[in-house]
Amino acid sequence: MSSSTALATVGGTRTDARTDVMAVNAAEEQYVTFTVGSEEYGVNILSVREIRGWTPESRLPNLPDYVRGVINLRGIIIPIFDLRARFGGGATAVTKRHVVVVIQVGERTRGILVDAISDILTIGHDAIKPPPDVDGGMVGAEYLSGLYTADDRMVTLLCVEKLFSVENSELDSATRALPALERAS
Amino acid sequence: MEDLSRFKQTYFDESAELLEVAESGLLRLTPGEVDSDEVNAIFRAVHSIKGGGGAFGFTELVAFAHEFETVMDGVRNNTVPVTTELVDTLIRANDLLGQMLAYAREGDPAPAGTTDGTVAALRRHLSGGDAPQVQAPAAAPAAPAPAPVYADDEDDEAGLFGDAMAAIAAARAAEDPVPPGKLRWTIVFRPRSDLLMSGNEPAFMLRALRRLGDATVECHTDALPNLQNLEAELLHLSWTVTLIADADVDLDKINDVFEFVADDCDIRITAEAPPPAAPEAPPPVTDPVPVATAAPPAVVAAVPEAPPKTPGADAPKAEAARPRPNGGGAEHAGLTSHTIRVDLDKIDRLVNMVGEMVITQAMIAEHVRELPPGEFQELLEGLEQLAQHTRELRESVMSIRAQPVSSVFSRMPRLVRECAATTGKEVQLVTSGETTEVDKTVVENLVDPLTHMIRNSIDHGLEGPEERERVGKPRAGTVHLSAQHRSGRIVIEITDDGRGINRPKVLSKAIEKGLVQPGATLSDEEIDNLIFLPGFSTADQVSNLSGRGVGMDVVRRNITSLGGRIGVYSTPGEGSRFVLSLPLTLAVLDGMVISVGEERFVLPLTNIVESLRPKAADLHGLVGKCDVMMARGEYVRLVYLHQLFGIPGAVADPTRALVVLVETEDGSRLGLVVDEVLGQQQVVIKSLEANFRRLDGVAAATILGDGRVALILDVAGLREMSRHMDSRAPRPPVAALPAPALEPV
Repeated sequence: MSSSTALATVGGTRTDARTDVMAVNAAEEQYVTFTVGSEEYGVNILSVREIRGWTPESRLPNLPDYVRGVINLRGIIIPIFDLRARFGGGATAVTKRHVVVVIQVGERTRGILVDAISDILTIGHDAIKPPPDVDGGMVGAEYLSGLYTADDRMVTLLCVEKLFSVENSELDSATRALPALERAS
Repeated sequence: MEDLSRFKQTYFDESAELLEVAESGLLRLTPGEVDSDEVNAIFRAVHSIKGGGGAFGFTELVAFAHEFETVMDGVRNNTVPVTTELVDTLIRANDLLGQMLAYAREGDPAPAGTTDGTVAALRRHLSGGDAPQVQAPAAAPAAPAPAPVYADDEDDEAGLFGDAMAAIAAARAAEDPVPPGKLRWTIVFRPRSDLLMSGNEPAFMLRALRRLGDATVECHTDALPNLQNLEAELLHLSWTVTLIADADVDLDKINDVFEFVADDCDIRITAEAPPPAAPEAPPPVTDPVPVATAAPPAVVAAVPEAPPKTPGADAPKAEAARPRPNGGGAEHAGLTSHTIRVDLDKIDRLVNMVGEMVITQAMIAEHVRELPPGEFQELLEGLEQLAQHTRELRESVMSIRAQPVSSVFSRMPRLVRECAATTGKEVQLVTSGETTEVDKTVVENLVDPLTHMIRNSIDHGLEGPEERERVGKPRAGTVHLSAQHRSGRIVIEITDDGRGINRPKVLSKAIEKGLVQPGATLSDEEIDNLIFLPGFSTADQVSNLSGRGVGMDVVRRNITSLGGRIGVYSTPGEGSRFVLSLPLTLAVLDGMVISVGEERFVLPLTNIVESLRPKAADLHGLVGKCDVMMARGEYVRLVYLHQLFGIPGAVADPTRALVVLVETEDGSRLGLVVDEVLGQQQVVIKSLEANFRRLDGVAAATILGDGRVALILDVAGLREMSRHMDSRAPRPPVAALPAPALEPV
């Protein structure tokens, strides 16, 4: 039930993609891409620790809805963030087919809930386009490290260090607001 | 002197290890299968013990170790055959060496004759006295035919050399196969004492022998007189040379060496050819003798059939039959160090593994609970035992990390002296329960809180000497620091016989600082607890020691972060008592699993008073603000966990839910409304902060039997959250500060 998928087999789902794993030089980096709804996102492969199937989480109280909860990853407890909710799409209605991308940011391990893994791309630095001005609201531009065009698709490259920084004030103020209590009273 | 004794301790510690090395080596030593590495290791161990002993002047020990070492050297050089008896003797010698070390460590002389028997046994092996026995067991094949003996003077030889030297030659010939194509010569060379007078030098002859082949030379010193009788110009030594030479070295060549001294010495030369390769040839006796190896007593039974050639052979035989005395191990243990140094990481890995095991065990228990009852009685009993063993294992592992609190307590006298000097007060520190053990992490984290609290007691609690005299107390104030185990926790108390907490002053200060609403009625206990609030300080002047108002709230935070509680009990004019209660370990706790909606939580058992389902008549609304419940003659405030945590689908009606009465560190009670109490369980504390962050009302997390994560609740945190919730209500807040304030319930 806690099935982990090896990265190598993930890339095999799409044969036309540029998954030339061997030819990585300093000017290019590899990204694991995944889909949330109709959008495709990518994170640097070096930060990805593993990819696993969805297992039920335990909820954490009084946190924004994109903090899905915590799961047990072989004895350590990691938080799961819902990427759809993070980008304002509401909480994901999870099924067994949903996937958690376990990423390592510094000393911390965390999981990102996404719809599906789509690809591994080798992307040259000069092929990454800067993101246009995004309306401040849900996604600050600091979370985006750039945009990339793979064939006819647009892949949004995410900066995992900043995406779910739990130390940031947004999360703190969300805690302070105690939304649950508002509902209760 | 101090240094020397420290080295001595090191020597004894090392010797204990060396003894173990030697013993395990000896136990692996099998007749016929001599592993030279093993033998070398034993030799080196004994040699090191001897060498170190010499440095400290343990003459008896050195003398004995020397005997031991000599035999081991013989084994190493294949001059002493390895037999079951020999191994037995060596093991006893090893035990005795341990005993000698114990005597040396105590500084006691070993009782006279302690080593005599064993030394004699060792020497008998050295002189080959046991060689006949090896051949004795019926199962053993016949020894090779006696080698031809060449002697200058057959008549003289027996008298001059005695049985011993002949036996050594025979034994060697019997025990050690000669490499093919070689001859082994045993040359017993005993010069007359006036050999040197004629200008001859035995060393030259030995050297000359060496040139003929692979020579092993043994020097016999038994004829050496005492120093006072020694004549320097006379020769008192004799030698046995074992020479393994090519076939072209014949008797003449050997005799040539002694050509010039032939008249001044006695020489006996024995030769032995390699055993024929034919299958019917008797194998060398060094082959393991099954009977002898497997069952030593059998050797004895077999011995009478082959009468020993030397009288001394009886003794080792008898000793071989005797099982190794159990006392040997015990004497040994007396020397072995009772502590080992272990890397903390290794222990933590062990602790983690035990933690995982506790989880797995809980998981199995959970699955078994779903089985039809009555059908799997044995399985259930087995599981019950497993649970018991797991608990014991956990306790044993935790006790490895335990340390006595004395390491913290011992720092306090100095602190007290310094504080007394600074404040001009006379202080006497009394400590008790220093040996109480608690987890290393807890001990380490106790230093700061205790420092703060003792300073606080001296600075604020105790009066000056004059004031004390005025109120009829001894000039010197007493601070009592004690530790004890109480119901699975460690309780540390700091008691002073000072003036006690000045409640009016504390209250007015709290009101002045805005911590308490003016006009609020607080109980004495509540006033006392105000001193733990952040930003509270009653000292009129900020002193060096305390009084910056950071002391007691930091203390409380430190203690709480360790899962501990702190309370204060004060009697005006008589003194104050601070009570710290801490868990013994930070890794595992006994908890009660509760459920709210779909979620499950763990409540630390130490917080729980009882759980009950209230009747509607016991429930009351308090000023439209919150619900209180009458429980055992006391009004207790209800806290709805589903409200606090925003959990959907929970039972909201307390008369249909359960109320768990919990108690916080200051003794105040709350009624926690939950759906169900699922059962008691040991849980492994997992950090939520390692990968995420701290959450209000949550102490940590754990993994339940089904692999799911459950949050461990922080009761004090829950209480503060509920107060926070009140402060958000329409009614004006009791405290204007962001920090939750104490208020009358």
